[in-house]
Order: sequence, then C-alpha cells, then structure tokens
Amino acid sequence: MHMQQESMQRAGAATLARPASLAVPEKIPVTLNVNGVATPLRVAPWTTLLDALRDHLDMTGAKKGCDHGQCGACTVLVNGRRIVSCLTLAVMQDGAAVTTIEGLAADGALHPLQQAFIDHDAFQCGYCTPGQICSAAGLIAEGKARGANMSIDDIRELMSGNICRCGAYPNIVAAIRQAMGQP
Amino acid sequence: MINFQYARASDVADAVRRMAADPDAKLIAGGTNLIDLMKEDVERPPRLIDISRLPLKAVEETADGGVRIGALMPNSDLAYHPVIERRYPLLASALLAGASQQLRNMATTGGNLLQRTRCYYFYDVATPCNKRDPGSGCSAIDGTNRIHAILGASSSCIATHPSDMCVALAALDARVRATGPAGERTIAFQDFHRLPGSTPQTDTNLAPNEIVTAVELPPRGFASNHSYLKIRDRLSYAFALVSVAAALELDGGTIREARLALGGVAHKPWRDAAVEATLHGQPADRAAFTRAADVLLRDARGYAHNSFKIELASRVIVRALTQAARGTPQSQSVKKVV
Repeated sequence: MHMQQESMQRAGAATLARPASLAVPEKIPVTLNVNGVATPLRVAPWTTLLDALRDHLDMTGAKKGCDHGQCGACTVLVNGRRIVSCLTLAVMQDGAAVTTIEGLAADGALHPLQQAFIDHDAFQCGYCTPGQICSAAGLIAEGKARGANMSIDDIRELMSGNICRCGAYPNIVAAIRQAMGQP
Repeated sequence: MINFQYARASDVADAVRRMAADPDAKLIAGGTNLIDLMKEDVERPPRLIDISRLPLKAVEETADGGVRIGALMPNSDLAYHPVIERRYPLLASALLAGASQQLRNMATTGGNLLQRTRCYYFYDVATPCNKRDPGSGCSAIDGTNRIHAILGASSSCIATHPSDMCVALAALDARVRATGPAGERTIAFQDFHRLPGSTPQTDTNLAPNEIVTAVELPPRGFASNHSYLKIRDRLSYAFALVSVAAALELDGGTIREARLALGGVAHKPWRDAAVEATLHGQPADRAAFTRAADVLLRDARGYAHNSFKIELASRVIVRALTQAARGTPQSQSVKKVV
C-alpha cells in the first residue's frame, strides 16, 4: 500500500512537473504619433496596431470586428492613409502618424463626416461606425489627391472594405456624399 | 501567434544576410497575408525581418522602354500610378479588382506575388493539408471545393492562387527580379509560380533565401484593347471564382496578337502562349474567342463543387475578349458586365 502510494505520487509529480519556461521576447520601445501626440509604448512584437490602440492606450474607438482584415471596423489612418489596424504590428508603425476616430473632431467641433453621419442616420448599433468614418476620411483624401469626381458607384466600391451588419449602407453613402460637398 | 523576434532590415543586402542567418525567418512587408496566417497558426515564423521601409517603391521606365515596379510599392499606389494607368491599364484594373482599399494601401507588389492560397483547409490547422503539412493529405479533393482549381491540379493539392495582379502580370509577360546570396536574377513570370505536383508546400520557384526586389514589364501594355473581368460570389471584396485578363492588338477587325490569362482556376495564373498563337490572324469575333476558350480549357476537370467553373470560364473568356476587342474594358466600380 505504502509503495503503491509512493509510486502514484511520483507519477503524479511527473505529470504535474512545471514545463520549461518559454522564451518571452523583450518588449520593444515604439513611438506612435496618435492624433498629434507623440506616445511612447513598450509592446511585445506580436501586438497589432489595433491592440496597441485599444489595450495599451485605452483608445477603444477602433473596433476588433474580425481581427483578420475582413470587416474594416478597425480602420484608422496611418500617415494619412486608411489601413486595417488588425493586420499591422505596432512595431512596424514606429514613428508613424496615426489618426483614430477620437482624433477627427477638432476644436470642439465635429468633423464634417461625423456631422454628416448624424444628419443622414448613417449608423444604428454604431459598431462599424468609427471604421466607416475613418475609411471615408481616407477615401475623401484619396479622391482629392487624384482630383477624382466620385460617382455613387465609385464610393460604394471604394468603401467595400467596411461592412455594416445593420445595413446602413445607403445612408453611409449619402453621408459621405454630403461630406464631399456633393448635392 | 507564437513568440517571435522582430528586426528591421537596413537594406536589401542586410535582408539577404538576415535570411541566410536564420532560414526559418520570414520577411514582412505589408503583413496583410502573413499576419493573417500567423493569427491562424498556419505560419509560425520564429523571426520576422521587416523590409517595409526599404526604398523599393518606385515605378521607373527601363532602357528597353518597359517599366520596373519596386517590390515594396503599395498596390493602391501602383494602380493609380500615371504611367501604369496610361501604359498598362490592364494591370491597374486587375489591382483595383482585388481586396479592399485599406488592404491595397498596405499590400505590396512582392507580397501580392507571394501571397498564399485561401483554401479553407490550408487555413484550418485541424485538417489535413499537403501544402501546410506535407504528406498529411488534401481535404479539399473530397471536401468543399467551390473555390478550387479546375486546371493544373494534382492528387496532392487542388488549391488556387488568389491574386488578381498576378493574372494581369502573366498576360503582360512580366519578369520578376530577385536577389539572393548568389546575386541577382530574373525569373520569367510563367516560371515564378509552380503547379502543385507532389510538392504543393512550395508555391514558387523563388529560393528560400531570395528576396523579390522588382517586377519588370516589357514595353507593350495593350492599353487600347484590354479587359480584366472578375466573377465572384459578391460584387466586391471577394476572391475570383474565375477571372480573365484579356488583351489584344488589332489590325482593323483582325487579331494581330492576343494575351489571355485566367485567375481563380489554378495554382498559378493560367496562360498558354500556344493558344494565344492560334488567335493570330483570326477575326476578333465570338467564334474565334470561343474556339480559343475551348482549347485553353481542354484539360479542365471539376470536382464535386466547382465543375460550374469550366463553363463559367469559357463564358468569361469570350466576354473579356469581346470587351477588349471593343475597347470597353470592364469597370471595377460599375459592376454591370456589358
């Protein structure tokens, strides 16, 4: 009985033995210029820009809708261009200028896109909305850079990276057209 | 994602050295495919070498009158580049048919070339997949295979290459420039991507320690008569079921030269110069286009869920060549196929 207990104890101890420590990479210092503010961080290399914004900086405007670049809810502007922040790493964006939904309003006034989204009832649950607005801001900048006169077909196609489960699409397009100054 | 080390390469030579020092390291540029695959545990590199800031982002005209496209140029910049819009609109159109604008702003020329299949089983590490795990089997052959190949497949793998850009590059006779420890070399586009054969784990003929630095295009861009026609389950932001890059050089109503490449149907863009040659001297009409489609698709075979692609491909070929002949390329914004 005593020997059985001893060997069972040893067997138990073997299965409960602590695994060898996995090497943990050092955190990497990164500076992101978020909405005009130079913001130093120390992040693990696998931290996406989305996770850096939401978890490290409490900037929860950008949403984790799919985490695979397929829904657009995480869209922010990096150096003026719209990207999906879930598919880039914070360390890759060291030194970049990041504009989030939190940074669009200026001097206490809503950005024209934000006002337009309200005017046209362009959101219901609001979950896709920060991504929609940042994406639209990127779209407008792209259009200006190309001197493009965008049709409704163009707007819909170029916003196709932002999905809306509530189906607010027609109003989103109308809001974008208003912000572009289209009649 | 597993733990990994991260470093930034200072130049191409540094990237090559770092790859040689750690054969398991992977290059990262836009990250839109690699980070996705790392999140799914399909790719598990212990080290990432960031090349995203290397100065390979320009379009330059080359001595032979063609262009050289930097490997790190974002897909959106390439699509909107005035030289590409004017001289190679087939390439611009194909780029705009793919992904979303957010992804096009991040994805690079090189990354688009090297992106991996979107086969559901490749992505699902719980399933057998000879590409991901050689020798484990192919789950798609007797599984759900709607998006899979009808040409060039093997009993090991029926995956497709998902790129739109590559279909246009194939049609335009591009060349890939690569640098490795032994120096620089040029790879003809038809030799870049492989067929699966018995080694589907190897997508391309790029050596593991080589880096793509540029894609070159010859002078002829078929700017007057081209079309990129992409058919998919949604109107936008979905991979091709079948796509066709069609280009023609016409002499009145007669074809002087034709280019025809298919996407969504094989492990690489599907092009057959012998089939194109049969169109030389033919009238640019439906009958000639249909004959060419029949020959190009002669070895096509379907699986349980994708046999429709054979007839679909034939119709898309005929329609794309017709659009090219008329000088009315498919718009990527106005979705109606005219």
